[in-house]
Amino acid sequence: MNELTRLSAAEVAGKIADGDVSALEVAQAHLDRIAAVDAQVHAFLHVDTDGALDVAKSVDAKRSAGDQLGPLAGVPLAMKDVVVTRGLPTTAGSRILEGWRPPYDATITRRAKDAGLVMLGKTNMDEFAMGSSTENSAYGPTHNPWDLARIPGGSSGGSSAAVAAFEAPLGIGTDTGGSIRQPAAVTGIVGFKPTYGAVSRYGLIAFSSSLDQAGPFGRTVLDAALLYDVLHGHDPADSTSIPVVRFDTAAAAREGGAADLRGVRVGVVRELGGEGYQPGVLSSFESAVTTLKGLGAEVVEVSCPHFDYALAAYYLIAPSECSSNLARFDAVRYGLRVGDDGTNSLEDVMSLTREAGFGAEVKRRIMIGTYALSSGYYDAYYGQAQKVRTLIVRDFEAAFEQADVLVSPTSPFVAFGIGERVDDPMAMYVNDLCTLPASLAGTPAISVPSGLSDGLPVGLQIMAPTLADDRCFRVGAAFEAAVPALVPPELP
Amino acid sequence: MRRASVDSALVGGATEPSGRIGRADVAHLARLARLAVTDEELDLFAGQLDVILSAVARVGEVAVADIPPTTHAVPLLNVLRSDKVVPSLPRDAVLAGAPSVENHKFRVPRILSADE
Amino acid sequence: MTAAYDGVLSRYEPVIGLETHVELGTASKMFCGCSTTFGAEPNTQTCPVCLGLPGALPVANEMAIESTIRIGLALHCDIAPWCRFARKNYFYPDMPKNFQTSQYDEPLCTEGYLDVAVRGETIRVGIERVHLEEDTGKNTHVGTSGRIHGAEYSLVDYNRAGIPLVEIVTKPVPGTGDLAPEVAKAYVTELRDILRTLGVSDVRMEQGSLRCDVNTSLNRPGEAWGTRTETKNVNSLRSVERAVRSEILRQASLLDAGERIVQETRHFSETSGDTRPGRSKEEATDYRYFPEPDLAPIAPDRAWVEQLHMRQPELPADRRVRMRDALGVSAADMVQLTNAGVVDLVGETVRLGAPIGEARNWWLGYLAQQANERGVEASELGIEASHVARLIALVADGSLSVALARQVVDGVLETGSDVDTVVAERGLKRVSDSGALETAADEAIAANPDIAAKVRGGKLPAVGALVGAVMKATRGQADAAAVKDILLQRLGR
Repeated sequence: MNELTRLSAAEVAGKIADGDVSALEVAQAHLDRIAAVDAQVHAFLHVDTDGALDVAKSVDAKRSAGDQLGPLAGVPLAMKDVVVTRGLPTTAGSRILEGWRPPYDATITRRAKDAGLVMLGKTNMDEFAMGSSTENSAYGPTHNPWDLARIPGGSSGGSSAAVAAFEAPLGIGTDTGGSIRQPAAVTGIVGFKPTYGAVSRYGLIAFSSSLDQAGPFGRTVLDAALLYDVLHGHDPADSTSIPVVRFDTAAAAREGGAADLRGVRVGVVRELGGEGYQPGVLSSFESAVTTLKGLGAEVVEVSCPHFDYALAAYYLIAPSECSSNLARFDAVRYGLRVGDDGTNSLEDVMSLTREAGFGAEVKRRIMIGTYALSSGYYDAYYGQAQKVRTLIVRDFEAAFEQADVLVSPTSPFVAFGIGERVDDPMAMYVNDLCTLPASLAGTPAISVPSGLSDGLPVGLQIMAPTLADDRCFRVGAAFEAAVPALVPPELP
Repeated sequence: MRRASVDSALVGGATEPSGRIGRADVAHLARLARLAVTDEELDLFAGQLDVILSAVARVGEVAVADIPPTTHAVPLLNVLRSDKVVPSLPRDAVLAGAPSVENHKFRVPRILSADE
Repeated sequence: MTAAYDGVLSRYEPVIGLETHVELGTASKMFCGCSTTFGAEPNTQTCPVCLGLPGALPVANEMAIESTIRIGLALHCDIAPWCRFARKNYFYPDMPKNFQTSQYDEPLCTEGYLDVAVRGETIRVGIERVHLEEDTGKNTHVGTSGRIHGAEYSLVDYNRAGIPLVEIVTKPVPGTGDLAPEVAKAYVTELRDILRTLGVSDVRMEQGSLRCDVNTSLNRPGEAWGTRTETKNVNSLRSVERAVRSEILRQASLLDAGERIVQETRHFSETSGDTRPGRSKEEATDYRYFPEPDLAPIAPDRAWVEQLHMRQPELPADRRVRMRDALGVSAADMVQLTNAGVVDLVGETVRLGAPIGEARNWWLGYLAQQANERGVEASELGIEASHVARLIALVADGSLSVALARQVVDGVLETGSDVDTVVAERGLKRVSDSGALETAADEAIAANPDIAAKVRGGKLPAVGALVGAVMKATRGQADAAAVKDILLQRLGR
């Protein structure tokens, strides 16, 4: 393996800025790595070799011309395929969008391009971001670099696997109920879900509009922070984008690197642990709490009683919104069309196309959402779930009066075997148990590697109040500095 | 099965079927959602949706009198744009992804529904 | 038909209701920056947002919100201090997202009214709600019939998709009896004038920027309201009246036969003047409304609403009172002028020096007749108040007879030239040279000795035939009264 692929994004950027290495060499090294290992990992759905090399060359040209470069100029990036990229295939892991080349860029695609990031390609995912294993991709599963027989988490499993397998130093994922944090945890990397509204959703193929947020993956907290600083900020094209938000999370991560948490109150959430969690996950979490204490943090236990209902509320709200968001895939303007044989009506063609184009999990969620929004059921299901959501927000507010950050395991489980849970939707849904509350409340949360259980990575989730995104990075970096880095075994 | 018991502990209640959803309900939902589900899927989904809906019905256990719903975690108001025309997409780009095009319009099979 | 109609109204009481859709005249669409210009090449005014491309998101047009509030204010509505958009979910290929962004239980404006005058009666039509939504694209059905039935396939143009659409819904209007069709028409007319005055829409029914659905039900006196039908496709003011009338007759004949009215959507046919059933849907539609998560709620603060209120132009009802006083016409005349849509034209004609009586007679008489024959509004005839004022002046000074003046109107309408040009080009000057008239009179007497004898003998009305002959000889350019005087004088009467 070319050592360039082992470097952190911050190190790569530094070398390019100093002229020690060209962006072109860096891009080529990563493309070579993809060529070498991606047949096994299957992190990418589409590799844009020409596009990546072109961008790398232009970064080098700008540098030669003495132009001011951003802090991540020339650093390779793995982009989740749910993010719209002009002229490049964008499928959201679904058969129904096979071959679609969008005529526009997502706001975060444009931000990444403007920052000089070198997009290597589009990464695999659970279809329309629905899942926790990347097995729901229409294009086959992605494999965890720690154990190729296991899942890389989901739905952003392609990006997490790409970063863990040194195919890219940085990745972009989206998180609706845990789809950045859980894959980060089970592949041993860092993943961050921002405050809802901090990153533009314009150009993210919507799953659940009130929950979806894009965020960064990196192998270090600082790398994730550097990418987050590129991604976040107000976007007038997204009505839910928060005006005038600017964090300096890279500064927060560097500050955290001093590994001093004196004066920081850390709340352990009583409801996120205990029965049903894997013992190795719980013991890793316990030692993480001990580590935080060792860094000077004051640890308190907090109770958030309504977190017990987060899973039920989430699996009503997200499917309801998705049933509406996915109605646009109708075989008229783009994407797949099935059954147009001259005799079928449009209604038949729509139904045949959606039947053929969507996978089982997507169909299940569309039908659950259709049910939950139906008149007569709305109040008992969707309406009730939105009220429970309010109580979860209030639980957070009360907890944040006692603590500056809250911590929990990121997922109750380590990476499980591919195929193990595909036939049991509920067994899949509980992967999100710890990540759902922050999604419902719109609060920021980061997953940082906390150790291994039976040789597989475990993640620590650090949650902060709304708009205290930088706090996640500061505490996360301090914790990271105090635990050994996780390095996956060499791929065969 | 160990895993099943672990999972039911996690969701805090039974994940047993309740009889909420049957084949006919799935057929109705599929029609509303424009999904031409197969006969086998009717059975599969009826069982699965029933388990899922039984689990999510737990939201009903929470007392929510006087609790307002949260539709957005970070509430904003009056997010508006001024009435300015910006260039549309080139028509070639608009039609490029379409399954069928005629006279610069999207061509679709004959329509059955009521609205005209 | 009239007898049948009157008979029906002695047995049944109609209840009507109207839902009006108005395309706002904003420059850009409701949720994106695409142009709203009418008649553009297909699919040239579309973008990721209004095509419903994956990932695209809406941002609401401030001008559309303002226009809706102004409509609400003009209709005496309460403006909601806080409201939201909602998604109305149903599949249809002219709707890019397969949901319509609309408003459901939280409309922008509620609880208003609009007073309309019909045959001297003022009727208050309650306004239930005014809300904002987006328009759909347009389907063209290709096949033998050109209609949806029997079409082989359809073509979709999304230029119209996403244009802001305001829906104005009345409360049910009972108690109008046989006036119901006229009330419906007067309501839409008044609403259209308000919208035009506000400048929020070009309100062209023929282009679909103002569209109307009419609800009608019948009940026997003293009984509960009947089952209502909703008639769509009512695309002119005249059709509003015809649709209500024909639906009243249709429902009455069913009820008379002991049958039940089915709650359904019907379509009005301009050609036959009656309503036909729409296709019944396979199952009752469940739109699965929920608050639109991609848009922030709208909370118009009081200062904003107050500012919009202060900027409102003078509305038609207020203008009518002012004009009535200024013109000195009766209330009944004012209703007539209003219904003909010529209040401003008459006002302008008077301002340019014409007496009110003459101005009124021209606009309600010959000009209204010309407009009616052409199927347009008087204001769309192509003749201006200045033309009419000049015409009246020429008649007053004797340069034109009334008959000649009408020919001048015809000329103005045909050529678009002004009055004096038409008069000059067509030689339509009145013949007032008495020598020429006397010669023509003598010739007429000579040519019609029998009639001349009758007049001499005391049968004075017979002189009309001789007047006609003289007028013909002078190509209508003589003053008939003067000709008559000359003839009678020469015949010794």
